[in-house]
Amino acid sequence: MPTRRRAVLILAALALLALGSIATALMVGSFQVAPADVLAALLGKEGSGGEVVIELRLPRAIAGFACGGLLALAGALMQVLLRNPLADPYVLGISGGAGVGAMFAILLGLPLLGIDGLAFAGALGAMFIVFGLAHGDGSWTQTRLLLTGVIVAAGCGALVALMLAIAEEHKLRGMLFWLMGDLGQSTAWWPPLLVLVVGLTLAMPFARELNLLSRGLMQAQALGVAVDRLRYAIYLLASLATAASVTTAGSIGFVGLVVPHLVRLAAGNDQRLLLPASVLAGGSLLVLADTAARTLIAPQQLPVGVLTALIGVPVFLFLLSRQPR
Amino acid sequence: MSLLEARQLRVDVGDRTVVGHLDLQLAPGERLAILGRNGAGKSTLLATLAGLRPPASGAVLLGGEDANLLPARQAALRRAWLGQFQTDPFGSTVLETALTGRHPHLGRWDWESPRDAELARGALAAVGLNGMEARAVQTLSGGERQRLAIATLLTQAAPLYLLDEPLSHLDLNHQMAVLELFAGAARDCGAGVAMVLHDPALAHRFCDRVLLVFGDGRTEQGAADELLTADWLAELYGYRLRQIEDGGRRCFIPE
Repeated sequence: MPTRRRAVLILAALALLALGSIATALMVGSFQVAPADVLAALLGKEGSGGEVVIELRLPRAIAGFACGGLLALAGALMQVLLRNPLADPYVLGISGGAGVGAMFAILLGLPLLGIDGLAFAGALGAMFIVFGLAHGDGSWTQTRLLLTGVIVAAGCGALVALMLAIAEEHKLRGMLFWLMGDLGQSTAWWPPLLVLVVGLTLAMPFARELNLLSRGLMQAQALGVAVDRLRYAIYLLASLATAASVTTAGSIGFVGLVVPHLVRLAAGNDQRLLLPASVLAGGSLLVLADTAARTLIAPQQLPVGVLTALIGVPVFLFLLSRQPR
Repeated sequence: MSLLEARQLRVDVGDRTVVGHLDLQLAPGERLAILGRNGAGKSTLLATLAGLRPPASGAVLLGGEDANLLPARQAALRRAWLGQFQTDPFGSTVLETALTGRHPHLGRWDWESPRDAELARGALAAVGLNGMEARAVQTLSGGERQRLAIATLLTQAAPLYLLDEPLSHLDLNHQMAVLELFAGAARDCGAGVAMVLHDPALAHRFCDRVLLVFGDGRTEQGAADELLTADWLAELYGYRLRQIEDGGRRCFIPE
């Protein structure tokens, strides 16, 4: 039986993991900063490497944590909404829309803020297109929603490929990094963090209803869930969470798909635990992956999306192979 | 006050009217069997009666209030609905599944209490699933899943049961056990039971009243003794039957 005590214990352990990952991110990099110096810098004292820690590594770590948390939250919500274990935050075309916006902005040579703005606009555009088409006759079943999303994502992919093909050489690297997911370009750490806190706060009161929703629409409604309203709310919430993350860090893959499954395997499928645990685990994973991305071949940086995919694919295959039939 | 009331209820499937102008009342302790051919609209009617689907016209009252205006949670406290299909793409344990029945009784931030778990265990024992609390739902057989769904319904503890083919996948012994269970709930706790059945003999044995759904908008309701006859059933199913009486029980043999 799910109990609150067990949930609190697991969440406390994951919170420690999150703190540990952020601490690692602050210490490790192209040059090491000792724990004592990191602490001194955080407390506002002068020390060696203080500026790097406060101005570069801390905002990047927080942005990474927020994006990882957002992706894991959106993934968990999408999996319930579509009642499909293979759903991820990008399955409904939101990252595709953001990609089109971002590529267009880079193609035009807009500054970072313009790229972020157009990426967010693209994400919202894709969200409304998918919702409008899938909702068309008022039925918006999971299958219809999924199919519409996949088709819109495919269309966005074609547009992105088109823009990559006609882009000038010197813009290609920036475009590729954006598409693979890269925290080096993120301009501000607070918008994703804010969306994460607000999103999780809004989702938690409905967690038990989400448990029922994953068992079927009629089933959930018969047990007292206002299914229609809840589905609109989840769709909106998961989409905005994805849009916020994609705008900040590009389309980082696999966090949103793998993390909810990892948590589910370890701690069960109770959304009351799954949602906050996924946020903590997803955030920690992305912070660690990003730390590795900027350390492995320092001073060169890898796009973090490549690393999450490299970690995510074998982990996911391993999980699939040991899943009981 | 009746637990369930339908007033001039019309039910459409697509653009076909399957039930037209149905007036129906179900009082505490009453058991109603719903019979009809495949595709006659029995399940759609039952979902409409449960307030899970808006009626084409007319109204459904649950405990005296319009089911369409009732908040989902309030409705869940007034009726429990057993659907035909249960799927669970993510998996969970038997006990967790049975505990979902407590949802309408819990506040937004509540977790299931030991008392809720006790109720769920009691319900699992009532359908013969005791000792299987920790089993994963995916490992259950079809009949065991059906009994688990019934246990979830019992955990919900609503005064009205709307059952869509409660006997599907069940072996003979569990069919009788489930019917006895709901007959007992009606007799001892004053529950109202409406169930879609395919066996007229079992309907005659376990229900007081019968609703025949012809699928073209016509319905017929009345006492089980009057409507469960070879003539009515032949008209309903479009197949001739022979009726055999045995000590107050009826049995029907296809000709």
